[in-house]
Amino acid sequence: MNDKPMRRKPWALGIVIFLGLVLSGSGYAAATSTYQAEFGSPEQIAEGKKLFLANCASCHGTNGEGAIGGPSLIGVGAASVDFQVGTGRMPGQASGPQLYKKPVQFTEEQISAMAAWVASLAPGPAIPAEEYLRADGDATHGGELFRINCAMCHNAVGAGGALTEGKFAPGLEGVTEKHIYEAMVTGPQNMPVFNDANLTPEDKKDIITFLKYVEENDSVGGLELGSIGPVAEGLFTWIFGLGFIIAITVWLGAKAN
Amino acid sequence: MSDLEKYSSGSATSIERPIKDPGLEPHRVRMTDKSEKHARTAEKQVAGLFVISIIGAIIAVWGFFAFPIIDGDLSATRNNALWMGIGMALSMLGIGFGAVHWAKTLMPDNEVAEARHAARSDDDTRAKAIEIVKLADGESGFSRRKLIRRTLYGALAFFPIPAVVIFGDLGPVVGDTLKHTMWRSGTRLTKDPTGIPIKASEVTIGSVFHVIPEGLKDLEEHKLEEKAKAAVLLVRVNPGELKEDPEKAGWSYDGIVAYSKICTHVGCPVALYEQHTHHLLCPCHQSTFDLADHCKVIFGPAARPLPQLPITVDDEGYLVAQSDFLEPVGPSFWDMRK
Repeated sequence: MNDKPMRRKPWALGIVIFLGLVLSGSGYAAATSTYQAEFGSPEQIAEGKKLFLANCASCHGTNGEGAIGGPSLIGVGAASVDFQVGTGRMPGQASGPQLYKKPVQFTEEQISAMAAWVASLAPGPAIPAEEYLRADGDATHGGELFRINCAMCHNAVGAGGALTEGKFAPGLEGVTEKHIYEAMVTGPQNMPVFNDANLTPEDKKDIITFLKYVEENDSVGGLELGSIGPVAEGLFTWIFGLGFIIAITVWLGAKAN
Repeated sequence: MSDLEKYSSGSATSIERPIKDPGLEPHRVRMTDKSEKHARTAEKQVAGLFVISIIGAIIAVWGFFAFPIIDGDLSATRNNALWMGIGMALSMLGIGFGAVHWAKTLMPDNEVAEARHAARSDDDTRAKAIEIVKLADGESGFSRRKLIRRTLYGALAFFPIPAVVIFGDLGPVVGDTLKHTMWRSGTRLTKDPTGIPIKASEVTIGSVFHVIPEGLKDLEEHKLEEKAKAAVLLVRVNPGELKEDPEKAGWSYDGIVAYSKICTHVGCPVALYEQHTHHLLCPCHQSTFDLADHCKVIFGPAARPLPQLPITVDDEGYLVAQSDFLEPVGPSFWDMRK
């Protein structure tokens, strides 16, 4: 039995399978990493179109031209896809006044491929460059711009707020820098658009810096109570403040046992 | 003696159905009076509250030094104020609660009732008072010297007039300032707060610009008053979605419309704009305006639409006002239409 050639040995099969897996795995990894490096390559766009047809076309039309239940995606740009799919809002789970944030359904590569396909339909806002997402801008200037352009809906520190007929502006705590930027430049759902002529990329960077500053620093005035203003603060004062005063008044008037 | 006379004028009690005075409740003896052990416990409790007060004062001083206020570090202020506050509150409440507990448990608790005395003075006192008034009148000659009396009345009547004149001068005369803003024919629409003029091509569909008139940024006086009147929201909607009255059709430019940002209800800035429904919501009282339909009120307490600023484009492509607002901006007032 010992004179059997090496390749006939039982463990040889294991080695062959292992080598095969390693080669195909690393080959795939190399292929996908070149994918990312070349955003908008024909292969990626083709891959994105496949994903789009399987997951999005029933609402947005087979060519992204829009259909019943979904708007046209021509010209919305890569930033829009990256925001909507990257925050889990798309694919939407049910129609209603507003689509909610939920667990993300696709991998980074898949989102990138769909974004590349939608971007290939017509020019639109691109995924923002890394230099505008570092949150190291001017928080004071960002705060002023935020109060003028954003705070009426999103609250002075980005806690969010109600809109009409069941819609709402979501809270901004924990939203990534990239998604904040993309929301400003694309105007998802009922949010208006803030293009680069209105708020320059540097302005957007300052706004992101401000939001990250208020996220990371404690409120000076003590407990935030959700930062939603007079309702929470008034309720706290009425229940605990007045309750304490009433309890003391009762105790003062009661006779000792 | 009638029933009425039994009561003095000072005690206005109904005598139709008099309520019987229930008298004092029977005295309850406290545990601290009955047992020395309970008294000692109460004593310790009072002392404990005073000790808490002392500890509170120490916490406040510790907090002041442990969390110093550092220039530029706002969160340092928070801890400083928190511990100072907790310490001082304990310090004051400890004394207060201790004193009350002391009084309630250990000091005498005999019930005492004091009858209310009549409000009417006795006849002697009343006669004496009248005598004093008459004496003063006689000595001063107030009734006798008519000239003095009448000029004194006159002086008293004229005396407050300067104050009335001064009150009339407290603020500027409103005049027609409520009916005009900084907008003139040809005033460029500029971005708040930078004052950079806006080109029509920059306002893409779905965009919202917060707008101030050109020159407002450099005003030296009454800048905020002018801004409060002239603030404008600039939006571009798909021209096909705009419903425009024929006589106002020339007020927009290729789907770009400009409306006063000041709510016609009580003047809050209305700026919660929804891109697809064209709803413009006021955050104060939920007045909702339909921006695509001349800002008609579709919900809430506002009584009239937001005034529209007629706009057009100048030779260089910048957005400019055609004129001032054609009606007063902000809350309605009584002689608004005059």
